Amino acid sequence: MPDVAADLVLPPQLAPSRWREFRASYAQNRGAMVGVALIALLVFCAVFADVISPHPPNQQYRDFTLAPPAWAAEGTTRFLLGTDPVGRDMLSRLIHGTRLSLAIGLVSVAISLSLGVVLGLVAGYFRGLTETVIMRVMDVMLALPSLLLAIAVVAILGPGLVNAMYAIAIVLLPHYVRLTRAAVISEAGRDYVTASRIAGAGRLRLMFDTILPNCAAPLIVQATLGFSNAILDAAALGFLGLGAQPPTPEWGSMLSSALEFIQRAPWVVTYPGLAILVTVLAFNLMGDGLRDALDPKLRR
Amino acid sequence: MFRFVLRRVALIVPTFFGVTLLAFALIHLIPGDPVENLSGERGMDPARRARLLHEFGLDRSLPMQYADYIGHVLRGDLGTSLTTHEPVLQEFLTLFPATVELAFFALLLAVVVGLPAGMLAAQMRNTFADYAVMGASLAGYSMPVFWWALLLILTFSVQLGWTPVSGRIAVAYDVPFVTGFMLVDTLRAGDFAAFRSALSHLVLPAIVLGTIPLAVIARMTRSSMLEVLREDYIRVARAKGLSRLAVTLVHALRNALIPVVTVIGLQVGLLLSGAILTETIFSWPGVGNWLIHGVQSRDYPVVQGGILLVATIVISVNLLVDLLYGVINPRIRHA
Repeated sequence: MPDVAADLVLPPQLAPSRWREFRASYAQNRGAMVGVALIALLVFCAVFADVISPHPPNQQYRDFTLAPPAWAAEGTTRFLLGTDPVGRDMLSRLIHGTRLSLAIGLVSVAISLSLGVVLGLVAGYFRGLTETVIMRVMDVMLALPSLLLAIAVVAILGPGLVNAMYAIAIVLLPHYVRLTRAAVISEAGRDYVTASRIAGAGRLRLMFDTILPNCAAPLIVQATLGFSNAILDAAALGFLGLGAQPPTPEWGSMLSSALEFIQRAPWVVTYPGLAILVTVLAFNLMGDGLRDALDPKLRR
Repeated sequence: MFRFVLRRVALIVPTFFGVTLLAFALIHLIPGDPVENLSGERGMDPARRARLLHEFGLDRSLPMQYADYIGHVLRGDLGTSLTTHEPVLQEFLTLFPATVELAFFALLLAVVVGLPAGMLAAQMRNTFADYAVMGASLAGYSMPVFWWALLLILTFSVQLGWTPVSGRIAVAYDVPFVTGFMLVDTLRAGDFAAFRSALSHLVLPAIVLGTIPLAVIARMTRSSMLEVLREDYIRVARAKGLSRLAVTLVHALRNALIPVVTVIGLQVGLLLSGAILTETIFSWPGVGNWLIHGVQSRDYPVVQGGILLVATIVISVNLLVDLLYGVINPRIRHA
């Protein structure tokens, strides 16, 4: 009689690795796949903005101010999505705006994630006074509504795209610190950490090499969702005149600078807003998908 | 219970202290000193500058200045606005009811629509209704508030002419300021035309401000409901022959509501954030609009005082939610 158990053991190349399991679980989620596809498209637009946009983003065609989109009665195919009040091509500005929005998301999330992970690791690993000080500071930051905190930071640093990125990085920071600290505290007592310490691993090695990789899942999810928050807040700051300054083709400031023409030329307001919505939606879809795939408790 | 309350209240003292430090630091981190900002581009002769610095107490050491600041704050003195020359606290208290009125109706809308929508989605899991609710709430969650406001204004105010574009009440009405809540004040005055006007001004801003909380509440209700519906006691209730409606409303909803209540409490910070944008777009005379004007006109006492007051409100509401949560859920009390 053949050994049934032996038959059931999969050859190593077919055994579900963590990555394969994650990929399969993620791919099942249709919304999450749509999110990834949209993000791929946005990244493509951002990278090849100079090649694919039909016009330079700041070129003013004075004879074509507020030209309607191509499908409208007076539209021209030269400007597919129409032009803005000073005759700049909307489509080209939107494409270049992708670059800015993704850059804002990337820079602010990168700053706050790296800073937040270090602070969270330190707070969770050393505990005591260090932890108290760090966490109380984070509580203060969380007590302020996010946009208000960003506005306060911009009031100090002065308006502008780069300062808006710093402001958003600061706003996002407490979330990463709290997540990392909580994960570190729950991991630090595990046997593998003790084993590693007994084996002679130093503090830095324990913190970054032993503990951190096991706290990665919630951080990845939070970072993805942080992207969408960063893009929304940057657009809001741009809209309030505190973020990117004209003529930068940032979606929020594009929207606010064309506000007075909203009745005569709705497209100058509609498309930048739609671009923000789609981008934020894509990152939220991806974030939700990642959470479902990385957290077995939430799996359907 | 008393110890739990004490512990929670004690926890917010350092946070409040930190917020005052932040508000205090704000004035000192801004490039140039307040006197310089006052003098404008013409400059100021050194003697006058020194006198003003002394008058504002800016020539003393920072810890002294901070102690002074705390003393003023505790006496309710948050300085005077540089533009209107009114006390900051007075201005805030006059404008705050407008923000509360707006936020209250936004939250009301979010709860009244969000709760049933989330319950429906959970009951009809993986059907079209579920996808529709979840899709709509994801879109609402991702919505740039200012753009959403403009779309609604364009549709309902400009094209259909159903609602006014901005403001809190038509200029024609003169309602005496009693509570500061326009709907209450118009009713007290017995002026129903004014009440209708105030209501029509409130509709769009409340929808705009309520959109994100609505989306959050619908999502939370759905996932919390799904978790509860899996429990054994729900199966028992069904097995007893109770109707689906009775099981949902009586057995499931009560337990599913616990996390939802927390989420509703946490929306207050979000509402105040959203109010900044919503009030700016609708020229709603509230705290958010006032703060943005303060930042734009470099009215630092307003920004400083506003930040302190808003943070205090958020901290207090969070504390209240914490305490309420302790009442609902005894396990938290002893944690």
